[in-house]
Amino acid sequence: MYLPDFDYQSPGSLKEACQILAAFGSRARVLAGGTDLMIKMKHGLLAPDVLVSLKNISQLAGIGYVQGRGVVIGARATHNDLVNSPVLQKKYLSVCEAAHHMANNQIRNVGTVGGNIVNAVPSADLPPILIALNAAVKLVGADGERELPLESFFTGPNRSVIGTDEILSEIVIPDQTSTGSTYMKFGLRRSGALAVVGVAVAVTVAGGVLKEAKIALGAVSPTPMRAVKAEELIRGRAVTDELLEEAGVCAAGECSPISDIRGSKEYRQDMVRVFTRRALRRAINEGHV
Amino acid sequence: MEALTDQDGIKRYLVNINVNGDPYTVIVKANTLLVNLLRDQLDLTGTKKGCELGDCGSCTVLLDGKPVNSCTVLAVEADGRGITTIEGVARSEKLDKIQESFVNNAAVQCGYCTPGMILSAKALLARNPKPTEQEVREAISGNLCRCTGYVNIVKAVLEATGD
Ligand SMILES: Cc1cc2nc3c(=O)[nH]c(=O)nc-3n(C[C@H](O)[C@H](O)[C@H](O)COP(=O)(O)OP(=O)(O)OC[C@H]3O[C@@H](n4cnc5c(N)ncnc54)[C@H](O)[C@@H]3O)c2cc1C
Ligand code: FES
Ligand code: FES
Repeated sequence: MYLPDFDYQSPGSLKEACQILAAFGSRARVLAGGTDLMIKMKHGLLAPDVLVSLKNISQLAGIGYVQGRGVVIGARATHNDLVNSPVLQKKYLSVCEAAHHMANNQIRNVGTVGGNIVNAVPSADLPPILIALNAAVKLVGADGERELPLESFFTGPNRSVIGTDEILSEIVIPDQTSTGSTYMKFGLRRSGALAVVGVAVAVTVAGGVLKEAKIALGAVSPTPMRAVKAEELIRGRAVTDELLEEAGVCAAGECSPISDIRGSKEYRQDMVRVFTRRALRRAINEGHV
Repeated sequence: MEALTDQDGIKRYLVNINVNGDPYTVIVKANTLLVNLLRDQLDLTGTKKGCELGDCGSCTVLLDGKPVNSCTVLAVEADGRGITTIEGVARSEKLDKIQESFVNNAAVQCGYCTPGMILSAKALLARNPKPTEQEVREAISGNLCRCTGYVNIVKAVLEATGD
């Protein structure tokens, strides 16, 4: 399988990259790890005239803690960079674990967190846990930059609010009041399988009471979604097995999955029930895992 | 990275890479995939092509020591970096310990997945010299063996660990 012809640019700064993107509009594409883009181009689903590589923009790499902002993840960080990040391991092991259980080692060495988000695939593994942790994304364009909650980034399958001249530069996980978080992926194999259902939760527990809960679901609606009714149902109530089951039933009713080769709509809804319950239990008992 | 445009307006890039310890400057078009640069231009045909979609791992090479699928990486993206292919695993006539162990454990059937398996195993042992069976299985989970020889492959990798 060969690729069609295209021009390749590897600018050294974000500004220059945005200018190239602005000049070529929809004829240009950003190239990060290429684990999705190369395959779409091989299949002829995309045929950009210009690829703008992020390879030489060093400011997009790295993961660190910034006082007053939180954990800042450069968009070009690979999945294995997340897995191996000491900052994330210490603060949000749940994010390391989500990255660790996706794709396979070769893909994790190349695929980036920015690509996983901008792709806007409903089954993508990183958005649910990042949404549960209130993450924001920074978009840098030719005319300036903006920061918005990741939750409002997606508009549909393969669609988001990003402009053709914009680059996702960083993901920020703000300091938490939550006491625990986790992402549970249900796939048909342990490696290289997309999520049939993905459930991320972040909970704030004090004295056996769920003060606050965030539930974010993947692969069961056109975009990653919050199960807000389930969150409301359990807010302020004492933790019991029955309550967590109720939350699962409620979340299953809120989502709108499709039937496809990986699972029927009904099966996915039932798995949302099961994994919402299990994820809540794990985050309540074990912290950020 | 330097680029040259010929009379017909076709642009080519001068890519500097180190392959198996040797520095090369190669001329490629933007759409040249790393796997094709290795196989077609450098004659290193030990790197295989299976799915060409990032799923099977037969095209695995080490990029700066980390396993990647060379069928989804552009050659221009490898500029300035170091690559190890299966040809670079054995030095001179002597097989590497992992290769030896694959032979001894009958971990090679048709052999198509073997270069990728060995490179994934090599990268694992470089960062974790004494992996558990679970860690070995995890490290080769991006390498599919259609002959389904996983039992012997895992055995071979485990036997090549430690001293
Ligand atoms: C075998 C295989 C298994 C996979 N398994 C999983 C899995 O289990 N879970 C999962 O979620 N995904 C999986 N994927 C999908 C994919 O690998 C990931 O989504 C990956 O994170 C994409 O990142 P990338 O850097 O390779 O993106 P690229 O392919 O480089 O880019 C993807 C898209 O995002 C755009 N883009 C990338 N970065 C930026 C940026 N910073 N700013 C603006 N636009 C940008 C590109 O223009 C392109 O449109 C798998 C893919 C393969 C091939
Ligand atoms: S040929 Fe590259 S992963 Fe299959
Ligand atoms: S030995 Fe035949 S594919 Fe693995």
